[in-house]
Amino acid sequence: MSEAIEINNVNKVYSNGFVALKEINLKIHSGEIFALLGPNGAGKSTLINIICGLTKKNTGDVSIFDFDNEKSYKQARSLIGLVPQEIATDSFEKVINTIRFTRGLFNKPNSDKYIESILKKLSLWEKKDQQIRTLSGGMKRRLMIAKALSHEPKILFLDEPTAGVDVDLRKSMWEQIIKLKQLGVTIVLTTHYIEEAEKIADRIGIIDKGKIILVEDKRDILKKLGNRKIIFSLANEINELPKSLKHFDISVDKNKLIYFIDKANEEKELPKLIKDFAHNSIEVSNIEIKENTLEDIFIELVKK
Amino acid sequence: MINFRGLMSIYKFEMSRTFRTITQSIASPVISTMLYFIVFGTAIGSRIEAIDGLDYGSFIVPGLIMLTILGQSVSNASFGIYFPKFTGTIYEVLSAPISPLEITCGYVAAAASKSIMVGTIILITSSFFIELKILHPFYMLLFLIIISVTFSLLGFIIGIWADGFEKLQLIPLLIITPLTFLGGSFYSIKMLPPFWQEISMFNPIVYLVSAFRWSFYENSDVSILSCVLAITSFLLVCVVVVILIFRYGYKIKN
Repeated sequence: MSEAIEINNVNKVYSNGFVALKEINLKIHSGEIFALLGPNGAGKSTLINIICGLTKKNTGDVSIFDFDNEKSYKQARSLIGLVPQEIATDSFEKVINTIRFTRGLFNKPNSDKYIESILKKLSLWEKKDQQIRTLSGGMKRRLMIAKALSHEPKILFLDEPTAGVDVDLRKSMWEQIIKLKQLGVTIVLTTHYIEEAEKIADRIGIIDKGKIILVEDKRDILKKLGNRKIIFSLANEINELPKSLKHFDISVDKNKLIYFIDKANEEKELPKLIKDFAHNSIEVSNIEIKENTLEDIFIELVKK
Repeated sequence: MINFRGLMSIYKFEMSRTFRTITQSIASPVISTMLYFIVFGTAIGSRIEAIDGLDYGSFIVPGLIMLTILGQSVSNASFGIYFPKFTGTIYEVLSAPISPLEITCGYVAAAASKSIMVGTIILITSSFFIELKILHPFYMLLFLIIISVTFSLLGFIIGIWADGFEKLQLIPLLIITPLTFLGGSFYSIKMLPPFWQEISMFNPIVYLVSAFRWSFYENSDVSILSCVLAITSFLLVCVVVVILIFRYGYKIKN
């Protein structure tokens, strides 16, 4: 698979001495949705800004479809669309004019047909002649996406695209992102909503204190780190675990038995456990299965 | 490859802002300059004797145009680049495949165009009050363009340097306006006592006003060669500063 973005040994220290990025090495494949997760101040936006040419790196290389983002910055930047974290627009400009402006900046001839299609896809066509200041917050966010897409980029950066957006709009934005992926656009998104990454990302990178601590396929992460546990609620409280149950990875919590599933032996162990419950006259009143979400994994990794 | 469309996008965007705020952008400087002209040129000027064979009204026209051109070029360009920094929309320009030179050309050309437009309107309007004489129209236009571009570059530098609206006004108010008033817009340097004549020679605006007045009446306080040298040097200094700003990302990139 060709690489849309290749980052090698990138370091960034701000003038006030704050170390924002440490030896970042990352490859983002063409056509994937890559979610970059991390707590506040982890370095997500700095990394995006370096890739897009908004922030200068101290050392290292960044290439966009093999174009170095400094030496061949025109070719590299022409392939990128950026939706920044903050909504920044010229309030008094009309919606359609601001899209034309962005398209022109990226050296593309005006195409009313393409602009119309973008605005229609993002449900902004009706607002095309309105001043930006009259749009709602959600519409402004969609406008930022429309501007980023106005020059038909191959890579779209979405820095916290759904921050402060209501649930319905968030879901409709996820649908738009998935549609863009289907059109072959590589998408890199940073988000605080881990559910967002879990729903739409193909691969996930976790960054903390300026270091990439994990990059993996979403399903692999969940498979590898996503433990499952079964909580058995008991009809009668037990004080101690019967001897025959001690070899299971099980803990007692008053009237609950929490069983951590050993994935390798899941099929053999579970029937045996049920049988041992009966043998020890343990009466189960309820069974609850809990799966570790990406959020649990994220919190665990960041804590380390 | 030159990103001509990108450059033109910035230019058109800035010009559309000008036309969107036409009262503030064009009508306001034209009205205030005409007021100067009516008060100093017609009312008071009628009681002032001729300077170098020119009636006072005619004498002050080039200076008044210069006064407006300098102020407008600086404020247009400084506001043009500062406002996107203030609102955050500068990210678009900085992440686009457009070179620093193209960005500068877009903003500076728009600011200079607006100044030239205002200057031309003042020139035309003044012809209703006095009999206008332009002995060197080509040089008049050349000086008008070069000076507008130079001061637009200066405004662009101020806009990048400024990190608040107060700073944006600081240099125009405290440096450019006083220097312009003391630069021979309303009087000939020769009218000053010898000591102040010497001091005035350190005021760069004297050379600009003199060059511009020369193109009208072949009448200037300093030699035209010194004027051309001063204008060219100032232009070069501004160009070099802009190049350095972009090379080191001063106040633009972290």
